[in-house]
Amino acid sequence: MTTAPMLSRTELLSGLAAVLEEVAGTPADKVVPEATFDADLDIDSLTMVEVVVACEERFDVRIPDEALEGLRTVGDALDHIAGAAA
Amino acid sequence: MTSVAITGLGALTPLGPDVTALEEGLLSGRSGVRLLDEPEFADLPARLAATVDVEGRLERVEARTLDRVQQLALVAAREAWADAGSPTVDPERLAVVVGSGIGGALTILGQDRVLREKGPRRVSPHLIPMLMPNGPAATVGLEIGARAGVHCPVSACASGAEAIAVALELLRSGRADVVVAGGAEACVHPLPLAGFAQMRALSTRHDEPQAASRPYDKGRDGFVLGEGAGMLVLETEQHAAGRAAQVHAHLAGAGMASDAHHVTAPDPTGSGAARSITAALRDAGVGPQDVGHVNAHATSTPLGDLAEAKALNLALGRHRPPVTAPKSCTGHLLGAAGAVEAIAAVLALRSGLVPAIRNLDDLDDEADVDAVRTVTREHPHDVALSTSFGFGGHDVSLVLTR
Repeated sequence: MTTAPMLSRTELLSGLAAVLEEVAGTPADKVVPEATFDADLDIDSLTMVEVVVACEERFDVRIPDEALEGLRTVGDALDHIAGAAA
Repeated sequence: MTSVAITGLGALTPLGPDVTALEEGLLSGRSGVRLLDEPEFADLPARLAATVDVEGRLERVEARTLDRVQQLALVAAREAWADAGSPTVDPERLAVVVGSGIGGALTILGQDRVLREKGPRRVSPHLIPMLMPNGPAATVGLEIGARAGVHCPVSACASGAEAIAVALELLRSGRADVVVAGGAEACVHPLPLAGFAQMRALSTRHDEPQAASRPYDKGRDGFVLGEGAGMLVLETEQHAAGRAAQVHAHLAGAGMASDAHHVTAPDPTGSGAARSITAALRDAGVGPQDVGHVNAHATSTPLGDLAEAKALNLALGRHRPPVTAPKSCTGHLLGAAGAVEAIAAVLALRSGLVPAIRNLDDLDDEADVDAVRTVTREHPHDVALSTSFGFGGHDVSLVLTR
């Protein structure tokens, strides 16, 4: 497994885009840092849990439920993943 | 009582992807049964099933949050809805009634494994909506935007027929103008198969899978587990006429009873089953002599087929209409069976062709019915009776008219 600290922000973004494509069929070009999960990407709360679990596996990080509320945009998620792994 | 119009049909069955395949399969006496030769079934005492192919019918992302039973329900409901002309209906006058015998069994079993192997944080957040027995009904309700109510009768192998009976009540009582009703099942997995096998309910004719389901035949040794879905679009006669809809046939009456005899064994006298038939005929305003053909539940179990034959004799007296038994071709679709077979009855009414019972080589002497054998019976008629019975002692009969 490639852990998050070894990945650049671009690599993290493309990893997250791959997760979103797998879990929700989200086209990669919509996965930009300012996109919101709910309004822009149409990710409902159950699917968001799947996204979190898939990210935890992919990036070897822990995203606790308390952090979930703060993850409004793709950029928020990238920050958390990078920070959690650091 | 008032009848309702049947304006749309959809069926995903072991005979093929749609209603056309179902009709062709029944009339040609094709079997959808196969030997389960995948390794996970190797140790089972009964390894036959009638499965469907849903590959490519749904988008990947659409399918991944739906249990297989919900996927099958959705595919059949889309066919039925399109067949009805995708009617414009006030959502608050549109309801759904879809039964299932078992619900999301494959999800429960698959996720139990995830829980034990990977822990609770790996369990899917979609687990609950995928396992709940009302899942297929909810899926169809979301698909068509039904807001007059979404219901899920659960009565084992009578669920599909009971859904249609409940839909009739919703339309008659003025609570909806259009109802999508039916049943779905998908539990071909070693555990349910082992459970049914332990009841000695399944055929073990492994050397001849396509001859395993043989209702009323002397050599029958149990049913064959099947999966699939059947959906009907039902409308008040006024609503159907108002939009000049095609009408395949009419649902004229329904009758329900219960055995209070044994949780799984049929009442050998057929009394509960007969009461459901009598109630359905009375509800439809027709007499026993009016019944033109019977679509029998007949699952190919030694006891069940005989009890049901007795029930027909009890309820219809000396009148002996031709009897057909689609499970000889489709296997037993459990909670979907009553809906798929209501569709089969509509098809026979519409064409005047009653399919022969496949594998009926040697009629059981104790089954005193005019079982259609060998060749399709050309028999134009106006009234059909379809029966469904389920573990728990559920008896449901439907009367359909041309």
